Amino acid sequence: MNGNTGKKTLPEVAIELQGVVKTFGRQRVLDGIDLKVMAGQTTVIVGASGQGKSVILKHMLGLVRPDEGRVLVFGQDLSTISRKELNEIRMNFGVLFQNAALFDSMTVFDNVALPLRERTRKSDAEIRSLVDEKLKLMDLFGSESKYPAQLSGGMRKRVGLARALVLDPKVVFFDEPTTGLDAHKSNEIYRLFYQTQQQLGYTAVIVSHDVPKIFKLSDHVALLAQGQIQGCMPPEQFQLSDNPLIREYVETTMGPIYSSEKEEPGLHETV
Amino acid sequence: MRNALEKIGDQVLYLLEMAGRMGLFLLTCLKCVLLPPYKMRPVLSQIQFIGARSIFVILFTGAFTGMVLGLQGYYTLRKFGSEGLLGSAVALSLIRELGPVLTALMVIGRAGSAITAEIGIMRNSEQIDALECMAIDPCTYLMKPKFVAAILSIPLLTAIFDVVGIWGGWLVGVQLLGVNDGAYFQGMYASVIWKDIEMGLVKSLVFALLVVWIASARGYFLHLEREGGFGAEGVSRTTTRAVVMASVTVLVWDYLISAIML
Amino acid sequence: MKRFNLEIAVGLFMVAGFICFAWLSVRLGDVHFFSETTYAVHASFGSVSGLKPGATVEVAGVQIGKVDTIQLDQDSYEAVVNMSIDKDIHLQEDSIASIRTAGIIGDRYVDISPGGSPDLIKPGGRITETESAINLEELVSKYIFEKK
Repeated sequence: MNGNTGKKTLPEVAIELQGVVKTFGRQRVLDGIDLKVMAGQTTVIVGASGQGKSVILKHMLGLVRPDEGRVLVFGQDLSTISRKELNEIRMNFGVLFQNAALFDSMTVFDNVALPLRERTRKSDAEIRSLVDEKLKLMDLFGSESKYPAQLSGGMRKRVGLARALVLDPKVVFFDEPTTGLDAHKSNEIYRLFYQTQQQLGYTAVIVSHDVPKIFKLSDHVALLAQGQIQGCMPPEQFQLSDNPLIREYVETTMGPIYSSEKEEPGLHETV
Repeated sequence: MRNALEKIGDQVLYLLEMAGRMGLFLLTCLKCVLLPPYKMRPVLSQIQFIGARSIFVILFTGAFTGMVLGLQGYYTLRKFGSEGLLGSAVALSLIRELGPVLTALMVIGRAGSAITAEIGIMRNSEQIDALECMAIDPCTYLMKPKFVAAILSIPLLTAIFDVVGIWGGWLVGVQLLGVNDGAYFQGMYASVIWKDIEMGLVKSLVFALLVVWIASARGYFLHLEREGGFGAEGVSRTTTRAVVMASVTVLVWDYLISAIML
Repeated sequence: MKRFNLEIAVGLFMVAGFICFAWLSVRLGDVHFFSETTYAVHASFGSVSGLKPGATVEVAGVQIGKVDTIQLDQDSYEAVVNMSIDKDIHLQEDSIASIRTAGIIGDRYVDISPGGSPDLIKPGGRITETESAINLEELVSKYIFEKK
């Protein structure tokens, strides 16, 4: 959109993508992404699978460099800063990966303690108390000496979340936090997410297609379709949006019964 | 026709890109190895994995290589009536060629493949991304201990291979075939000079670097493999390729170093 | 316990490796870490054809040293052979160094016949009396052609 507004609203905007283009091979996955993530709020990126939602996350994390456009995190352009500065920024990040990305060769405790051990100068006792605190928060107390292979999918996600939160990050990224979990376990993850966000007040970016459940947690919903962001708006507005792509997405994911209540005559021709 | 040319060009570009990526990866890893932090524990456990656990393989292959050298050497040298040269023949071929090369090949098979698979799976399951997001440099955290351990372990394994091989040759040549004990060792002492050992040492150091570099780079760039590095199949295919590539590279460099140093 | 095992295993491996390497370099490669056990002597020959660095130096068939390097003296076009001789072997100044062959096609080596002089060769000294390598082909052709 317009690059100048990012600077003016700097305190509010945590992350901003400006015209981000990314091609893999011959496929243009992202075709000019403009997106603002507001500080202290929860932004959800939805979209059909294979659209490149995770690629957007990877741009925000500085794992992938855009072919064109800019990624601003706390006002700093990720592609112009040094590796050291990038790592400084990443110290404010916590990430829950799709499959939790736990280190197989380490126990639960070591997994959660890793960022503290590698990136801070805390003593062993301090690390132990911090890790225990986070594990307790995730209802994982008692399984700290288990290995990831011994854990269920839901537990692994909880360990991943504990690890993401252990450095008290300002921004936490969730890549499909509930994929592969049953309804009960996803609710648990959502509950933990809600609790910890209330407690720690972090900015959250969630990539998900768990619609409509995810709407309840979000402040802003953005749809990624055809390589672009189709509106980034509060969930109530999102569900009622006129944008044909959003409309189509809402219909296909929530079922025609849901949308038929608000259906306007002639809409199906435009879709 | 045009399509075929395009494909060839595409492939060449891909290979160039991969070569460049791997080269840069090597430089980054070497930089990491030289710069602090220096942590002992991860290096120790990698030495245990690459070195200590390879010792039985090395003992067996070393002993049998030496024994077969003793056997073959004896029957060849007997034709010229110079069985007395058996000791130096066995020692020189082990120290200069077979020790470094076979040790490197054994380590590729045992540890190299495991490194590629381990790093590849870490790449696939986003563990490497996770490290980066925690502001932990994967090169320092993952590669550095492996590089240091390989550079320390492989020359030592080579030395063990050489010594075991020489005694294997002694067993067959002297104990079974009746070459004079004194002649076996005297011939060896007389003909092996420091330059031979130096050549073996240089080779094993270079091979160590090649093995650990190729094994970890192929795993690290698994997601950029052209035929898709995903899933169990991707990991197994890439591991096979890394093993083949490392073995061929070791043999090519063996020739190059021999040509330069002889 | 696990920690203990890791260190023991690595330690054993490193020690075994170093011992093997030390054996190779000290016994075979003649690297002397502690003290010099040899002294240097050189000698000039008309021809050393076939002699190589590492060849043995013998007195009465007993090895007393090794050939280190062979160079060409640019002025006299003679071969200069540098040898290292075991420290406890003393050679007289009038010793004769000759290049010999072990068997008919065997390796060349340096044979030293002890002299009778009371003066000994000092470390870094020179053996003045030398006998060049015998060229088998030359001998054979000489024998054949002289007969005709």
